[in-house]
Amino acid sequence: MKKIFLFIFSILTGIVVLLSSCSKDLMERTENAPALTPANIDLNAGIWKPILLSGPTEFMVAAPSATNTPDYIAQVNEIKTWQKDLTEEEKSIVKYWSAGAVLRWNEILRELVAKHNLPPYQNADGTYPIPNANNPLAYPQFPFANPPYAARAYAYVSAAEYDALVAAWYYKKLYNRPAPYTVDATVNPLIPKSDLPSYPSEDAVIEGVNTEMLKLLFPGDQDFIQQKAEEHKRARIIAGANVRSDLEAGEALGKLVAQKFVTRARSDRAGAAVGTPAIWTQMEQDCIARGETPWISQESPKRPPMLPLFGKVKTFLFDSLTMVTQIRPGPPPSTSSKQFKDETAEVLYYSQHPTRERKRIIDFWADGVSTLTPPGHWNSIAAEDFIKQNFSEVRWARNMALLNMAMMDAAIVCWDAKYAYFNPRPSQVDPAIKTLTGLPNFPSYVSGHSTFSAAAATVLGHIIPSRATDYNNMAVEAELSRLYGAIHYRSDIEVGFTAGAKVGNYAIQRAITDGAE
Amino acid sequence: MLKKLNEQIKFMIIFIMVLAPAVSIAQTDMDAIMMNKQQFCNGPIYDHSSWDHYWEGTFKRNNENLGTVTTQSVMFMSNYGITDKLNVMAAAPYVWTRASAGTLHGMKGVQDLSVFVKWKPVSKSFGKNKISLFTIGGFSTPLSNYVIDFLPMSIGLGSTNLTARGMVDFKHGRFTVTGSAAYIRRSNVKLDRDSYYDTGLHLTNEIKMPDAAYYQLRTGYRGRYLIAEALLTNWTTLGGFDITKNNMPFPSNRMNATMVGANIKYTLKKFTQLSLLAGGNYTIAGRNMGQSKAFNAGVFYAFYFGKRGKS
Repeated sequence: MKKIFLFIFSILTGIVVLLSSCSKDLMERTENAPALTPANIDLNAGIWKPILLSGPTEFMVAAPSATNTPDYIAQVNEIKTWQKDLTEEEKSIVKYWSAGAVLRWNEILRELVAKHNLPPYQNADGTYPIPNANNPLAYPQFPFANPPYAARAYAYVSAAEYDALVAAWYYKKLYNRPAPYTVDATVNPLIPKSDLPSYPSEDAVIEGVNTEMLKLLFPGDQDFIQQKAEEHKRARIIAGANVRSDLEAGEALGKLVAQKFVTRARSDRAGAAVGTPAIWTQMEQDCIARGETPWISQESPKRPPMLPLFGKVKTFLFDSLTMVTQIRPGPPPSTSSKQFKDETAEVLYYSQHPTRERKRIIDFWADGVSTLTPPGHWNSIAAEDFIKQNFSEVRWARNMALLNMAMMDAAIVCWDAKYAYFNPRPSQVDPAIKTLTGLPNFPSYVSGHSTFSAAAATVLGHIIPSRATDYNNMAVEAELSRLYGAIHYRSDIEVGFTAGAKVGNYAIQRAITDGAE
Repeated sequence: MLKKLNEQIKFMIIFIMVLAPAVSIAQTDMDAIMMNKQQFCNGPIYDHSSWDHYWEGTFKRNNENLGTVTTQSVMFMSNYGITDKLNVMAAAPYVWTRASAGTLHGMKGVQDLSVFVKWKPVSKSFGKNKISLFTIGGFSTPLSNYVIDFLPMSIGLGSTNLTARGMVDFKHGRFTVTGSAAYIRRSNVKLDRDSYYDTGLHLTNEIKMPDAAYYQLRTGYRGRYLIAEALLTNWTTLGGFDITKNNMPFPSNRMNATMVGANIKYTLKKFTQLSLLAGGNYTIAGRNMGQSKAFNAGVFYAFYFGKRGKS
């Protein structure tokens, strides 16, 4: 008996061990991204047109010490000491950061957005708490990184990186200090060699911009951000890519440029975008006064609309007059019109006839709660394509800035229309419409996904013309996903798409004239 | 005879109503009942499970945007006695879900095929007592490409599972106690989207699924025609993460549940091919799952291919 027990026990144990031994480890798409090896170091990027800076010399970077001074030699010795005895962890951080600083910090930002993209839980009395930037760790944590918040965050960080790198490239060419492995042949570069002067360090510029910008945007995540920043700087020294003074000068420059963007962000009206109960009511009343059915929150308890005044935020690519006169979409079909009824019936059809392929499209583009948001999704798409383009860091930053300024301005255009018209969602006017994705808590017209996606596809098609058709097809799929999901009418997506494409064209206008093409 | 049958069915329905809310039905991978050699038993089971409260991590709450979430299924089960000590069984359910409030669309479809092999290598009698040991191996895999990323409306989690279970059954006259423990190896699963956040951002469509453990203690009466048992069941996910505040559930959450329940199986005396089954269970503790009340009912029909035996 005992033997048999033992026999069964060992069979079961054997099966369990066998089952648990196979690896479930994931391979993520950019985990093994190759080390950045620019096809062109863009040595003259110091003359590219900045976004906010008056010019590359607005912030002074002091001349570095010469490479034959004891100070410099001591710094090279720091590299050599690290390199003597490298741990696996040190090798892995070098590999991680070598893929590119703009790329990695963009991924970190996407992670922070996804972490914070959660609507607050209601209070006991049925009202909702609002996150407080001055008390970011208390529930609800600051920020609620919803799509407009995220679009703005991606834009500010990318634009600040770009301006700071234009300044850095100016000083790189001016001071022309070579990389440590060029000065001292006994330094072993753990990254591809480059002819780009290493002072100030472009990596540290990007790290400095991010640490400074993210204090504003994600004030509750400083431990995580600082840990990444320290790791990034250490990776550059271990790799023999920079000496400490390259990093210090770069980080200082990055922070100064970022502070200029922080100042702009503090006065861009985003802080007031939540509005007030009086404003929420007024928007509803205005809609009724126009003879239309107003949007009503379908959540229970009723949640105030998301960022009703985000449409007033200061744009990057055009002024507010241009937005209102040139880009703002015309009114949606009247809620009492035949067209509106027909479009509602179309939404009902998609609600009642989901196919597996449409569900795939809905889920692929949903980018809802707890995700990096639609602008973040387009950052992923762009970043993974940019990896293959072998851009320099400054060109990476410029292209990300164009993309993200377009998507932030698209968010502003879209939110402006949503609250100018306050149009109800399909499931509000026809309760038979059940949604195949989460129902966003704000007015329907125009679709955010469509506006973001058309803006992004337009910009990306300019940056990588060979992919223009693909990007357009992706944007079309993204807009349709919202109709298939039964949360938007056809007018919402089509008009949003047109508005987004217009915004994208303003970014192209900038791209043509910024000196990089 | 038909009249007698009707009475027995009535009796069964009363049983179902009294004991409404089972984790599983008699003659499954979870119990100590074996089919005899060449006996082939099969039939449908209907299951109804609903909850209006759930655990978001360890925080118990309701959600007015879901109301009551109901999952129903009709499962077809088959069980065949290769020998008296070796049974093989298979089942596949059609599942549909619905939320009573909010705008979310329900989901429906054919869920997972499961196949179990139950082996009773040891069975010893000591006077009125009998002790049996079982090992059970199982495999399950989705039969359709259903959406797993729309919890709690999704009809399943999409993983392909391998189960290894050990079970001990003690019988004293008609009184029985059965205890079992299983380790469930779950394959990674894939989403329709290409990134997700659990406790960090992952740039892949693949989710690392934590394995799970499944324990059950059941006790009761096991007669020739009537089997009635009380069940205590625990499902523990070995890893996974908690749903963050006001977030949606995710396939790799740490889903745990402890349930109490009861099962009845009644075989008609005059028509032993036919068995009626009913059961119910109630979740008494959980994590990242709904506090479900469930009941089920089914009918099994047995074919005797070989020498006539009894189920």
